[in-house]
Amino acid sequence: MIVELLQEELFQLALVAALLVGLCAPAVGTFIVQRRLSLLGDGIGHVALTGVALGFLTGTAPVLTAVLVSIAGAVAIELVRARGRTSGDVALALMFYGGIAGGVLLMAIAPGGSNAKLNSYLFGAIASVTVEDIWVIGALAAAVIAVVLIFGRELFVLCQDEEMARASGLPVRFLSLLIAVTAALTVVIAMRVVGLLLVSALMVIPVATSQQLTRGFRTTMGLAMVFGVLASVGGLLASTYSSRVPPGAAIVLLALAGFVLALGVGKFVRRGRTQESTLSERPKLRVEEVA
Amino acid sequence: MSETAFAMTGGRVSYEGKPVLRGIDLTVRPGEVVALLGANGSGKSTLVRALLGLTPLTGGQTLVYGRPPARFRDWWRIGYVPQRLQVGGGVPATVREVVASGRIARQSRLRRTSAADRAAVSDALEAVRLADRAGDPVQSLSGGQQQRVLIARALAGEPDTYVMDEPTAGVDAETQRLLADTLSGLVGAGKTVVLVAHELGPLEPVITRGVVIREGRVAHDGRPPRPEGDCARPGHEHQHPHAPEHVTSPVAGPLTGWQGEPS
Repeated sequence: MIVELLQEELFQLALVAALLVGLCAPAVGTFIVQRRLSLLGDGIGHVALTGVALGFLTGTAPVLTAVLVSIAGAVAIELVRARGRTSGDVALALMFYGGIAGGVLLMAIAPGGSNAKLNSYLFGAIASVTVEDIWVIGALAAAVIAVVLIFGRELFVLCQDEEMARASGLPVRFLSLLIAVTAALTVVIAMRVVGLLLVSALMVIPVATSQQLTRGFRTTMGLAMVFGVLASVGGLLASTYSSRVPPGAAIVLLALAGFVLALGVGKFVRRGRTQESTLSERPKLRVEEVA
Repeated sequence: MSETAFAMTGGRVSYEGKPVLRGIDLTVRPGEVVALLGANGSGKSTLVRALLGLTPLTGGQTLVYGRPPARFRDWWRIGYVPQRLQVGGGVPATVREVVASGRIARQSRLRRTSAADRAAVSDALEAVRLADRAGDPVQSLSGGQQQRVLIARALAGEPDTYVMDEPTAGVDAETQRLLADTLSGLVGAGKTVVLVAHELGPLEPVITRGVVIREGRVAHDGRPPRPEGDCARPGHEHQHPHAPEHVTSPVAGPLTGWQGEPS
């Protein structure tokens, strides 16, 4: 059955999109989870909906307007975050609601807008991916991977310890914006596959799954990318068995199932690890334990 | 280029209108091992952060090797050991990965990790005796071991000047002794060190200059103050949890122990 499917152009396009998303989302997600910004993707996803609707309203390709608006949204979120005020939390929430509400409203008044179109962006419509979409997604994916390869070392330091990054002379503001913009690009890539409401799932769940089993940052990212591809391609295949299985939801649920499995396996791995380290070194009394 | 590591004149810092540093003059020359001492809330941590440009001055100026921090470029000359209770973000990182990140100021963007990078990281791990834990996630280490990881991260960068914010806070006696040994080694190699300390403990013999900060001003600058009373007893392990901020009334001066009257 898969062999027949592979000869269909629609399925080929969907498969390429799923592969690219499965690779990119966890790669960026690893930095975002390390920075403890797991919900950043959700925020950008909400804002991106307004971008999609603007595309319909102005007759431009929705993917392109989504890129522009979600980059603007990501930069705004980063600026609010960097100010570090407690009110920033509320400011972010306001932006997210505005993004969804604005998107729904603009979509309703746009000439080509319909509930079906809205749904396809909110929950993904991998089966309707066009050749043009694949070019855009491919270019964005190349940009995301290039950022990870070129700036990975600096982004690791930034996300690990921002103060240390500053004291090492790294361009902290530039790198912070870079990671936010890269997350925005990833959101747009994943938008067609899992939908804006589930975009963040592919950035976070494979990373959470991977870190149950790994010890280091690099291996966490590598394994997360493997899990990301398994989930996105697996979910796509699952959805081909019945037209009633939505691919976006199937991909996310598969990723979650993988997480639950890894949680169990990880407990075993860690138990072995603690025994090993207690044998090699007896933990010493620490002041903070006494206090 | 100036060889003076840090030169602050009239340094002032306020947080939301509340003055924390009220005009600090401090010059750190090459080869000095300066201990910044003072009670909790005296401003000593703010001072090191201001020296590095991490906290902007609201008055006065500060220079890092002759340049204001914003225009300083040779950050590889500085090794910073921040005060942390926990190392790491939301994703596991191995001890080696964290220590290797100390090389970042010496690495250019597109160059791969070199043999010199790897050798420096291995040496740093050896120096803090964590080579056998290099592949373990840093989050699985004890507090004292995590502090050693941060020290190793600074060592890996092979800087000229080390800035350490409370490297001895909340660590076990073994780590304190290890830090003292490491510092002696650095002093022998002609490195400059600025460290914030709540208590000197085993570090005392290597300190060449003590600067006591009291209410945002320099209250004593010169010979490191000797501990007195109970603190001076041989074998005294002066370990106690940090006092809350408002219990800072006994202030240090040259005539008392630097922590004020022993309570």
